[in-house]
Amino acid sequence: MTVRTVLIFAALTVQEASRRRVLRSLAGLTIVLLAVSAFGFSRIDAEFDGELTTGEARLVASTVLNLVMFGLSLIAALGTAFLAGPVLAGEFESGMALAVLARPVRRSAVLVGKWLGLVAFGSGFITLAGLVQFLVVWATVGYWPPDPVAGLALLAAQTTVLLTLGLLLSTVISPMASGIVAVGLFGATWIAGVVGSVGAAIGNDAVARVGDASRMLLPTDGLWRGAMNAFQDPGLLATLSEEFNAHPFLSLSPLTGAYLAWAILWIVLVLGLAGMAFLRRDL
Amino acid sequence: MIAGPAPAVAEELLAALPPSPAVWCSSLRKRYRRQVAVDGVSFTVGRGEVVGLLGPNGAGKTTVIKMLLGLVGPDAGDVLLLGRPARDPRARTRVGYLPELFRYQPWLTAAEVLALHVRLTGISVPAEEPRECLDVVGLADRAGDRVGDFSKGMQQRLGLAVALLAGPELVILDEPTSALDPVGRADVRDLLLSLRARGVAVLLNSHLIGEVERVCDRVVILDKGRVAASGTLAELLGRRDVRLRLAGVSRAAEELLAAAGPLTRDGDWFTVGLPADEDATTVPALVDDLVALGVRVHAVEPGRISLEERLLGILRAGPGADPR
Ligand SMILES: Nc1ncnc2c1ncn2[C@@H]1O[C@H](COP(=O)(O)OP(=O)(O)O)[C@@H](O)[C@H]1O
Ligand SMILES: [Mg+2]
Repeated sequence: MTVRTVLIFAALTVQEASRRRVLRSLAGLTIVLLAVSAFGFSRIDAEFDGELTTGEARLVASTVLNLVMFGLSLIAALGTAFLAGPVLAGEFESGMALAVLARPVRRSAVLVGKWLGLVAFGSGFITLAGLVQFLVVWATVGYWPPDPVAGLALLAAQTTVLLTLGLLLSTVISPMASGIVAVGLFGATWIAGVVGSVGAAIGNDAVARVGDASRMLLPTDGLWRGAMNAFQDPGLLATLSEEFNAHPFLSLSPLTGAYLAWAILWIVLVLGLAGMAFLRRDL
Repeated sequence: MIAGPAPAVAEELLAALPPSPAVWCSSLRKRYRRQVAVDGVSFTVGRGEVVGLLGPNGAGKTTVIKMLLGLVGPDAGDVLLLGRPARDPRARTRVGYLPELFRYQPWLTAAEVLALHVRLTGISVPAEEPRECLDVVGLADRAGDRVGDFSKGMQQRLGLAVALLAGPELVILDEPTSALDPVGRADVRDLLLSLRARGVAVLLNSHLIGEVERVCDRVVILDKGRVAASGTLAELLGRRDVRLRLAGVSRAAEELLAAAGPLTRDGDWFTVGLPADEDATTVPALVDDLVALGVRVHAVEPGRISLEERLLGILRAGPGADPR
């Protein structure tokens, strides 16, 4: 019965996400981004064809691809963070949860189901949009990322981290505010990550630690760096000079297994906290 | 203190006993910060019984209902629904509920909302049942429309359909007519009567006392979070009256009326208070005697102190007063 409940709510949440206006805005943004990137890549191809060494062309392609993927992950993060609040807390405020939770269902199963639905929705979006983007890059400049599956999986994990945070926040603040705070924290972690890599590049440990600490507190940026590493040309780093160490759209090292384990533990912990608040809540 | 799994065993044993009431609750208590919403409420709803939950705004009716359904956690007290402890979600398998604040997924159609609730009960129902439920509440032709486009009254009707789904043995309705037009209210009354005829237990919270009086077997009156009074309508209303419109009333006839019970007169209308132990022969015998005395009887109608008057009396007397 519990598994059934989880699946029912996962399916319901995917249905909700796909019928809400948020999907249409997401789709619109994505199409704009893909079109702009297609144009951009075709210009890169036209401008540099024959004039650049292949190393430089690959550097440009990798950087721009990562930049566009960052845009996609931002869209996914915005979309799911703003969906997470209404999907859970919004239903409490509107009274929509009353009739549903009066059915023979466990609240924990409802929460896990909704979370799973959001994860499926976010991952589906990332996979679809990411694949289209890869095809665009391949068609325009003939570049194919070395590890597209791992990269997309890490982006999906990043989206999952953010929507789980959105769920937790929505148990204490209003659904809209929780979306804004989640996206704000996402941006802050990204900036802290860039600051940290600058610190590493100039050899300042204190500054470098800012990035490390923020990557532990909210694993979005660490997962994003792992994803970038999977999208960029592996031969690239060897050819790079020192000043590229702090590049915001290139990553020096792949993700460690320990960090991935931490990210998963983080998701479980935050979802557990959200569950504790959700189980105790009076409707 | 009982250790380990003993309470669970006791609960299982309790669940196995044959005729458990539809609702049994004992000493329910709930406080929101400083506000005590419910303070020691106990009552039962028997199988197939229609019970009205009455009381002024803020009396705690909705909070009691939510505690029964596990939507609000009680600070103290126990609830059994259809013989199962309310902590167990399975207790709600055969329970239908229309919340006071009714709202359904606006992105689904009416038919999809019903299909969702069928899936959530985990019971397999005949394919045509959702459609029949929509038909009962007058939404059959809107089955394919998005709930987001429904008016308030239509959403409440949809909520009624949801509550009737999957053969409930207990239906809990929290102000089911608050958004309905007069026709809708009459529909709800018919619906309640048909539920009663089918042996479905109903717990009804309504401000339309006339409706409650017409359909309920028993009422529980809450005030300031406590049970101010409860009982069958006959118990609560006590004395019955008979009103007669008479012509040609002689002194002897008037004495006869006065002997039957406390008499009041308003023009040619005479009201006689009947004793609580009156039986079915009292009124016909009185009429026979009047006719024998040459009185012309134009009308005889039962009159009783209305539930509304009784309710106001109980609530004005306040807590601590004799509830009867
Ligand atoms: N979620 C809540 N938070 C704080 N107070 C509440 C809440 N729900 C109900 N109350 C308080 O509990 C009391 C009973 O409310 P309620 O059960 O809705 O009454 P009724 O349904 O009889 O009108 C009221 O004083 C109300 O203010
Ligand atoms: Mg109420």
